Amino acid sequence: MAAPVSLQVEFGGGAELLFDGVKKHQVTLPCQPEPWDIRNLLKWIKQNLLKERPELFMQGESVRPGILVLINDADWELMGELDYKLQDQDNVLFISTLHGG
Amino acid sequence: MCEAAEDGGCGAGPGPARRRGQGHSHPRPCMKCGGSAALIIRVGDPFCRGCFHDYFVHKFRAMLGKNRVIFPGEKVLLALSGGPASSAMLRQVQEGLSRETAKKLRFVPSLIYVDEGAVRGQSLAQREQSLAHMEALLQATGFPFHLAHLEQALELPASILRPGPGRSGKPGPSYKEAVEGFIQQQRQEGDRNGGTFSPGPSTQELLQLFEAVETSTAREELLQMLRTHLILQTARTKGYAKVMTGESCTRVAIKLLTNLALGRGAFLAVDTGFMDDRHGDVLVVRPMRDYTSKEIAFYNHFFHVPTVIAPPLRTKRREKPSIHRLIERFLLGLQEDYPATISTVYRTGEKLSPAPAKAISESERCLLCLCALDIAGEEELALEPTLIMEEPEENGCCQDPPAARAESKAAYIPLLCYGCRLTFKELGPLATLPPYVRAEAQRRIRSAEMEQQSLEVPQEDEEPSKS
Repeated sequence: MAAPVSLQVEFGGGAELLFDGVKKHQVTLPCQPEPWDIRNLLKWIKQNLLKERPELFMQGESVRPGILVLINDADWELMGELDYKLQDQDNVLFISTLHGG
Repeated sequence: MCEAAEDGGCGAGPGPARRRGQGHSHPRPCMKCGGSAALIIRVGDPFCRGCFHDYFVHKFRAMLGKNRVIFPGEKVLLALSGGPASSAMLRQVQEGLSRETAKKLRFVPSLIYVDEGAVRGQSLAQREQSLAHMEALLQATGFPFHLAHLEQALELPASILRPGPGRSGKPGPSYKEAVEGFIQQQRQEGDRNGGTFSPGPSTQELLQLFEAVETSTAREELLQMLRTHLILQTARTKGYAKVMTGESCTRVAIKLLTNLALGRGAFLAVDTGFMDDRHGDVLVVRPMRDYTSKEIAFYNHFFHVPTVIAPPLRTKRREKPSIHRLIERFLLGLQEDYPATISTVYRTGEKLSPAPAKAISESERCLLCLCALDIAGEEELALEPTLIMEEPEENGCCQDPPAARAESKAAYIPLLCYGCRLTFKELGPLATLPPYVRAEAQRRIRSAEMEQQSLEVPQEDEEPSKS
């Protein structure tokens, strides 16, 4: 059982173009039986925030190669990537390093 | 990368360590100072912010120090796109100039930004916004800067397609070039003083040029060419002997494979190497080619380097829009599972020699990319299809008088290298091509004809050259 989680989700490097050009999103994830991790967050983003062409942001259950993920200003590779358990008030930043859409 | 051993060891770990599924406990120590790490550069190399900053700054100076092509006091033009790599490059230059005397960079930088909004599908308001944003960024550096619009590429002089006099040659450009340059300069300054840029007939002309191109691959190549020529022209008229561009290691690796697929294998070294001297008088230098795009993105984020994002070229196709994007996707996808992919491609590219791109005479130089024509002795192989030219403009969509032989696309083919032939065939009808390209092509076709005639006086053969 997990309480609702408030997050700041940010997009940069061009990834924001897939989200109506909005860089910062304040989101509250609803209650759900299992705790929120990045894997679930990505699913939630795909359903709730992503405006167009999900294939340019997602690949399978992860982000597309070339999109970097920072959790609280640190590389997600240090944090367990998809398995990182989100805490209340976490900041998740996606930076695209890709050239074209 | 291996020579940077004191910087944190070689990237070649034991075996193909898969990145995915390594469950790390959260606070991992920085491999240099033991503080808490902020990012992983290569497999198993965690760095904290401070050590990462030192590593990043050192790498730039090491790159310039190792190659020794930028001399003290020299004027250098930094080509900025507003994107992450060139913005990080600008920061490195600022950083280097503000250092204590022993470690100070000693060249004199200026900046150039080319506004490509017209072909990137930005509305006028968006273009003005990006431009204002960019201008504010450039102004804040205190360096002299130039703003150019891609439209201005249509007004370039034909001399841009000829290499300038080498550094050992004549000191200045010829009078004619100087005059052309002066006119160009006045235009640019007029544009600057006018403040806002208004799209005129030149924007329409530019859009027509891009819309007539058949494939996104050729469109990407065309954009690159126009941009390079525009920057080169500014460098020439304003007296810069060096231009710095910001291609990252990731970008270089992608470009290596892309150009290979485009048939530009012979020129990989000049197209992607640290130094590109094909233009003779102006040297293009790529000091960012040792940084991965990940390092750059983290640097920009951690140290608040401002960037201005330009939207990608629009394409109609969703899947596999262009060779460039296809290769990007392929390499980055591979990199995900095999983290040595990019650096292996990059380091393999390092071993290539720039010699095949050197052209001795004008008739051996490609009209568009200025590399040596790589077409000797391959008549019966891959080259043959490039000589066949379907000409749909025959039936009237071309307004030009059909009389002049030099005004047919087929006449341009012998002037081009293998890769440029493929691209050129996918460009639109001649009438849409930039005037400077047509002017230079006609000049070269005429001079080739004259040469031919003087050689073949006794013969009555009217055929151009190929039988």
